Amino acid sequence: MNIVFVTLAEASLAAQIGIPTFIIGILGLVFGVLLAIASKVFAVEVDPRVEEINEILPGANCGGCGNPGCSGYADAIVNKGEAINKCSPGGADVVAQIAKIMGQEVTEVQKNVAFIHCSSGGLKTTNWRYQYQGVFSCKSAVNLAGGPNACEWGCVGFNDCVNACLFEAIHVDEDGMRHIDIEKCTGCGACVAACPRKLISLHPIDQNVQINCSSKAKGPDAKAACGSQHSCIGCGICAKKCPAGAITIIDNLARIDDEKCINCGICATACPTKAIFDPLAGRRKKAQISADLCIGCTLCTKQCPVKAISGELKQTHTVNTELCVGCELCLGRCPKKAITMV
Amino acid sequence: MTYIGEIFVIAMSAIFIQNFLLSRFLGLCPFLGVSTKIDSAFGMGMAVIFVMTLTASITYLINVYLLGPYAYLQTIAFILTIAALVQFVEMVIQKNAPALYKSLGVYLPLITTNCAVLGVAILNTTAVRSDGVTPYNFLDSTLNGFFSGVGFTVVLLAMAGIRQRLGLVTLPKYMRGMPIALILAGIMALAFYGFMGFKL
Repeated sequence: MNIVFVTLAEASLAAQIGIPTFIIGILGLVFGVLLAIASKVFAVEVDPRVEEINEILPGANCGGCGNPGCSGYADAIVNKGEAINKCSPGGADVVAQIAKIMGQEVTEVQKNVAFIHCSSGGLKTTNWRYQYQGVFSCKSAVNLAGGPNACEWGCVGFNDCVNACLFEAIHVDEDGMRHIDIEKCTGCGACVAACPRKLISLHPIDQNVQINCSSKAKGPDAKAACGSQHSCIGCGICAKKCPAGAITIIDNLARIDDEKCINCGICATACPTKAIFDPLAGRRKKAQISADLCIGCTLCTKQCPVKAISGELKQTHTVNTELCVGCELCLGRCPKKAITMV
Repeated sequence: MTYIGEIFVIAMSAIFIQNFLLSRFLGLCPFLGVSTKIDSAFGMGMAVIFVMTLTASITYLINVYLLGPYAYLQTIAFILTIAALVQFVEMVIQKNAPALYKSLGVYLPLITTNCAVLGVAILNTTAVRSDGVTPYNFLDSTLNGFFSGVGFTVVLLAMAGIRQRLGLVTLPKYMRGMPIALILAGIMALAFYGFMGFKL
């Protein structure tokens, strides 16, 4: 039976050491050769670019690009011809590096950040219908008799979005309100998917003014559920005041079109229920035209959405600071760089 | 006893009476680590069945035809075999069944260092049939490897099922996660001790 010829008792010391060493050595050699051959025979050809791109990607596996993790995205770029600018955590840097590997032109990456369209969900700002004591999760809470909070569209405050965020970009303050840190937010959309009430959406990072409510209830109902200082009642005042025509009312809820919005903040001051969030309120500067540089081309007067700039052709223009909303649109229009914000 | 009866005995002892996880307490790392979701537990279980069956048959051949009197080399030789085998199997699967390779994922290389696999190889060398004298032959060993893997999978799936339901229960803070999993494992092991008295 045995390949080994001598039994232990008869063997010399050299054999006692040598034979086991030989056996294990042979075993190792056989397996080594076998694996070496197998690695050639069963070699799977992997495009080296997949590995290179995978190393460049941030490795957060957030799924914001729509692929299962970073390696999935790397594979999709190389093998399925997917667009190279879908990695929002990586930003422009990563896109540039991938473009180099793939030999493509760099395409502009639009950085988006999340915003929670609700001003309730905190300890002080929520009207509760009952006290929920189940699993500490929004998904679970909203399924119990329509959720514990009075507003059926509003935040229930169990922090599913905070837990979903891979970048610690959402924090909870002492009042139990969630705030998004736009510096840390990568726009991956994990929180958007996590919110069972669909309160969170992504917007370009330079979009500042936001509707701070998602209630589609009729005005009186929305007020009853959330108090008169939080909720959008669908009155339409903001839509009328908006100089850019960016606001529409659909289902008793105002919506801002990011493409059209100029971030002037007029809607936020006009809103009777303070349901529009404006981080720039009170910090906007007014436009000023330098008389030395102005050539009176009237380009800025045509650009101004609030008609705050007046002046005839070839005359020095002036800004009516009462009317100016600080949208900074005229800045880019002026060919002589005569306009400054003060 | 007919050979069918012998197979039944091997199967019952491997799955229930001498279950690797709950009676022998081998391979507990994936038992606690991969039992949080039924999907991944199933993937791990399949990988273990696959590798255990192969290991049991190949280590039997190595033990009988190569090691002979040098039985003390078992551990090192078997570890070498398992590691090489898992690598080899991984390559073959990656080439011929990419879908299976993706679903097994990281579990396949993880098994290299799973002591349940080494356990089945070593226990097979001393295992005897139900008559108490005949040592396991090649087929016995292979079947023992297969059914040990099945036993591993059954318990892993049961554990994953319970832990998934536990996820919906409000537990005291200090009991969440590992503590409750270990208590659960203990209770399950007690239940499996009920099989110990069976004489097949």
